[in-house]
Amino acid sequence: MLEIRELELNMGPQHPATHGVLRLILKVDGERIIDAKPVIGYLHRGTEKLFENQTYPMNVPHTDRLDYIAAATNNHAYCGAVEKLLGVEVPRKAKFIRVILDELQRISSHLVWLATHALDIGAMTPFFYTFRERELILDLFEEYCGARLTLNCMTIGGVPEDLPEGWIEKLQNFIQIFEEKIWDYENLLTDNRIWKKRTIGVGVISPEDAINYGLTGPPLRGSGIKYDVRRALPYEVYPELDFEIPIGKNGDTYDRYLVRMEEMRQSIRILKQCIEKMPKEGEIQAKGLKFIKPKPAEVYFSVEAPKGELGFHIISDGSPKPYRVRVRPPSFINLQALPHMVKGHLIADVVAVIGTLDIVLGEIDR
Amino acid sequence: MSFLFLYLILPAIKGIVILSIILFLVAYATFIERRVLAFMQARLGPNLAGPEGILQPIADGVKLLFKEDLVPSRAQRFLHLLAPVLILVPALVIFGLVPFGEAGNLFGLLKEPITLYITDVNVALLLVIGFASLGVYGLILGGWSSNSKYSFIGALRSAAQVVSYEVPQVISLASVLILSGSLSLVKIVQAQKEMGLWFIFPGFIAFFIYIVCGIAETNRLPFDLPEAESELVAGYHTEYSGMKFAFFFMGEYANMIVVSSVATVVFLGGWLPPFPSLSIWQHLPDLPLVWFFGKVLAFLFLYIWLRATFPRYRFDQLMDLAWKWLLPLSILNLVIIGLVKWGIK
Repeated sequence: MLEIRELELNMGPQHPATHGVLRLILKVDGERIIDAKPVIGYLHRGTEKLFENQTYPMNVPHTDRLDYIAAATNNHAYCGAVEKLLGVEVPRKAKFIRVILDELQRISSHLVWLATHALDIGAMTPFFYTFRERELILDLFEEYCGARLTLNCMTIGGVPEDLPEGWIEKLQNFIQIFEEKIWDYENLLTDNRIWKKRTIGVGVISPEDAINYGLTGPPLRGSGIKYDVRRALPYEVYPELDFEIPIGKNGDTYDRYLVRMEEMRQSIRILKQCIEKMPKEGEIQAKGLKFIKPKPAEVYFSVEAPKGELGFHIISDGSPKPYRVRVRPPSFINLQALPHMVKGHLIADVVAVIGTLDIVLGEIDR
Repeated sequence: MSFLFLYLILPAIKGIVILSIILFLVAYATFIERRVLAFMQARLGPNLAGPEGILQPIADGVKLLFKEDLVPSRAQRFLHLLAPVLILVPALVIFGLVPFGEAGNLFGLLKEPITLYITDVNVALLLVIGFASLGVYGLILGGWSSNSKYSFIGALRSAAQVVSYEVPQVISLASVLILSGSLSLVKIVQAQKEMGLWFIFPGFIAFFIYIVCGIAETNRLPFDLPEAESELVAGYHTEYSGMKFAFFFMGEYANMIVVSSVATVVFLGGWLPPFPSLSIWQHLPDLPLVWFFGKVLAFLFLYIWLRATFPRYRFDQLMDLAWKWLLPLSILNLVIIGLVKWGIK
């Protein structure tokens, strides 16, 4: 007799849809997923250990390499944690610059998410449209700090540079273009029958499960839970700004898509308010930070990164180097829900769920 | 004219000419696709090889010829070699049956007009359907012989997909047979000429079903599941390289042209101008080849347009579409057309 057994399919670490070097061991019955097991560690660089051997300011560039799609928020979370450790207040203008960079970074990260997510589901064109607009954001970053991807655009106590002359006008120009172009993506996808068929009811996660798995960011909000670090644990100038936290209803891939699309619009709203409210003159760097040597203490500080809550837990032993730095990467924790979300679905849904979780292996493996 | 010339030399010359035209069109379909897709996606596309990149297909061909031919370990070597042949050859054979025009002297090149097709068989449409479904063996053997799980899943998908979509496709073509009363492709076009109307007008539903099924059979977006890049890497041809891969690629484009040509002949009046009974066409030059290839190119453009617009269906949704929607619709359409024809009689 011929024996019947499940097919074990090894997806990745080299596979077009696993976003970097994620490896999934899938057990499939025909096309149906019985079990999925993520295997990580292919991009492990020992960043957390590296942090312990360098002084506090030397660590900032290393945070760029965690979530390399959204370097600004990484810088922000680390610098914010060290500032909390030192008890330093960042000057008001620097706060605004940080928020502007964060929100630009959020848009650019969501654009990459949309591009790859749509490409995984088979829609090719949004990829090129979103990258066209992302290029404008990267140009803005380049003009501000010289780098396009690994920005290193924040220092402990502020930001390294003032905004260059004419930068705000270019930002306004980008906002104008982007508000128009976001409809390009929506037209191609939001009401598309096939897109809806591929995303509605796929990768559903209930609000209870989402909390139990510790999801943050759009995957949590897609399930209808209004948790956003910008509102829950406000930092910088977010309390002064008027924006909404979009939430979904059903916790499926389509709701998470709508949440992220709306988040981009809200980011544009924040950017507009920042341009209006930002002081023209002022310090951009807190004083008295020539040599950083905090007292022995333990802090946790988190920001709302594009992918969820990004936190840094720093323990200081009174030396110029941190005793221990623990990163709470949103992708790592969001990825845990993947096996739960794909069980019983088809192979094609695995790539949709990977896309909707918006993981970056750089911060999963660290 | 001698017997030898009429039945041996002339068809051979025609065969060579048509084959080279089709292969040229296949090569340039890839180029057109890349350029048009690029235009739709706000980028440039290949534009460096030759003026505006027109030498790109040749450059690609040369590159693929010099690529190493890798065969996976424990692959079925003979079947691995056979599969790409099985996919390209049936597609090319079909062009022996497709009428490009009724009779013409090739823009005044010849003194006596010749028929612009190789042969007109009285069961041509059945032969076309038969050869088109032979292509699936290439996909299945290619996927199975590669000894790779991704290829295998791709092959399974393509087998299920092609078999399912053939059913509504054939039924939709059957409704045309009711209208034309003949299986010969030449006679089908002539029937449209007599009616003064392309069959797309009475048989719009059949046309729609044929197009959807044709796209599914050629594994193109939104039905490109057998080679779904993001899921199965490249589906059944994951393990192919070099010229064997090029054969799969050419087979895909040749099949696209087959589907376009058959749709042109059966639904869009082949070499006929729109509303062929209008008196205005008697005053204008008769250009069968221009009409025919214009329609085929318009179809290819439709293929590319769809690719740029749509995401990909999921496997179960694809089956749903074929069995729950297209099949009942095509049967209903067949019944309606039959009743109408009977009523007219």
